[in-house]
Amino acid sequence: MVHDRERNVEDLHLSNLTKMFGDVAAVDDLTLTIPAGSFFALLGASGCGKTTTLRMVAGLEDPTSGRISIGESDITSLRAFQRPVNTVFQSYALFPHLDIFENVAFGLRRRGIKNVEPAVNAMLELVELAPMARRKPTQLSGGQQQRVAVARALINEPDVLLLDEPLGALDLKLRRQMQIELKRIQTEVGTTFVHVTHDQEEAMTMADTIAVMNAGRIEQLGDPASIYELPKTVFVANFLGQSNLFAGTRIASDSNMIEVLANGIKFLVPVQRNSATGDEIIVGIRPEKMTVLDIPDREKIPTGNNILEGTVVDVSYAGVSTQYLITVPWGQNITVFEQNVIVGDRSSVGDRVLVHWAPEHTFGLAGGETLLATTVQAMAAGA
Amino acid sequence: MVAVLPSTGSTSGVVGQRKSRTGYFLLLPGMTWLAIFFAIPFVTLFLTSLQAPVAGQSGQYVPAFQISNYSDALVEYWPQFLRSFVYAGIATGLALLIAYPLAYFIAFKAGRWRALMLVLVIAPSFASFLLRTYAWKTILADEGFITSFFNYLHLLPDDRILNTGIAVIAGLTYNFLPFMILPLYAALEKIDPRLLEASNDLYASAFTTFRKVTWPLSLPGVVAGTLLTFIPATGDYINSELLGSTQDRMIGNVIQTNFIEFRDYPTASALSFVLMASILVLVFTYIRRAGTEDLV
Repeated sequence: MVHDRERNVEDLHLSNLTKMFGDVAAVDDLTLTIPAGSFFALLGASGCGKTTTLRMVAGLEDPTSGRISIGESDITSLRAFQRPVNTVFQSYALFPHLDIFENVAFGLRRRGIKNVEPAVNAMLELVELAPMARRKPTQLSGGQQQRVAVARALINEPDVLLLDEPLGALDLKLRRQMQIELKRIQTEVGTTFVHVTHDQEEAMTMADTIAVMNAGRIEQLGDPASIYELPKTVFVANFLGQSNLFAGTRIASDSNMIEVLANGIKFLVPVQRNSATGDEIIVGIRPEKMTVLDIPDREKIPTGNNILEGTVVDVSYAGVSTQYLITVPWGQNITVFEQNVIVGDRSSVGDRVLVHWAPEHTFGLAGGETLLATTVQAMAAGA
Repeated sequence: MVAVLPSTGSTSGVVGQRKSRTGYFLLLPGMTWLAIFFAIPFVTLFLTSLQAPVAGQSGQYVPAFQISNYSDALVEYWPQFLRSFVYAGIATGLALLIAYPLAYFIAFKAGRWRALMLVLVIAPSFASFLLRTYAWKTILADEGFITSFFNYLHLLPDDRILNTGIAVIAGLTYNFLPFMILPLYAALEKIDPRLLEASNDLYASAFTTFRKVTWPLSLPGVVAGTLLTFIPATGDYINSELLGSTQDRMIGNVIQTNFIEFRDYPTASALSFVLMASILVLVFTYIRRAGTEDLV
């Protein structure tokens, strides 16, 4: 293996990092520590500042203010070619005049390493491209080019590997395959990977930690499950998966549960799952946590569950699940996913139904925000 | 390609035939042009180059197979030949040195001024070639500021520029510069700036990035530009005629004088053929050396 030497990887710190383009803050006072050896995803819609952040770490963009350091050493003022950081570029940027071997050897040769052959061959082995060594980049498929780009960066044993939408140009099936591949490589070499993507599913599959970015700031940081299960802002609730949100007001609370009145209906939200500080609370619930029942089955609902009544306006069958669009009394459409585990009748368009869920799945968000804090929700879901 | 659908063989055959005929029709105008204005004169010129003079009648020649026309011409005019290649070579080198930074600037740094700068590169061509070369007579005149300036520094061996080889080379460089700039620009403009970033990211300084990425990727432009400058510069006679002295005559002048003044058509034709052949040999060697056969 190439990476059998004892690696002393250190954390990447971004402190108060700001990048202004004219009057617009592309990255706004960002402070973040990315632990050594982790697979870290910066997730956000285009224009949220994630790529600018990455380019500042690479040294391809100068921060307006702030500091970037690896461990104790400040790299803010180092030029790109002096940083112990390498990048896998969006659309790869492979050198068209060099063959695969020379593309991979490029970084080693620039650092004056004489005998590059064993390292390059081992690296091509790692990304399973050894037979392609003498081909030109244009003779390779998209997935193969992608792996060359990874090999070309990784061979330099960077402290941090930056990946800028590395899978964006690949079709869905290849993308899934490469996600697994990248994850395998990361585990094998133990380098810190910082991965920029707009694809929430990609971020959740691959990363240990996700930072959801919006308008140059980090909205929420955490491991994929905890961000998904307990979003802290309307933006995250809508960007990472889907959510049904109801704006309401706190009417009662004890040490366990908060009672919120929204559109004339009472909802229970666990105190621990409420991130609102005031009395204006947005009640949120993920579509797959909800269950659809026919009206006569009301007595089957466990006591204490949150309940809504509505009319089915759309049913779409999606293989593993069925997705319902249900209009609730105040005119809002909510989405419910039902696992296709039961054979037989499903609710159909026009049916009056009950929708219920356990309060433990409910989350509370700070009120006052618009419920559509992201309009890119559909885009992200479609990506 | 034909046979898009797995239909019967006969249909695809007809389509194929029609396609190939269309191809010939497209070639027709160009081929006719080449036949009338290149192939026929080419053959005529070659036959002329072998003609023998009629004794006692100057300017009169009969068809013959006089190969000595070639050796005689070469023996007499080899200095002009050599000078043509040297002048054209120096002019090409200078044009490359001037054009590369300019084309680089237009391609990577000019931003919204790019189109304007390209127009400025071509703008001089709106005035006639002859006129521009005459203008250089004034620019390089003995009392002109350029000559005075260099004389002040005592840099000129003959105390003048006009009517020296320097003036001829300067004229050649100036006149063919756009043919160097445009292909260089086209090649540089095609380079994805992300490749330069990638190189920078992979431990190459700005200079190394130029050497290892920008320069190799711009080679097709360098080859095209040097050829487009060198070939016409070698055969040019206007610059030498207007800016040089009789000591600076190039092969173009010799051919012109032989045709028009001496009416020695066989010698002039033979010289034309030798010039053509030597340029072809040089160009092929050059393309080989540049290693870009597949790019030109």
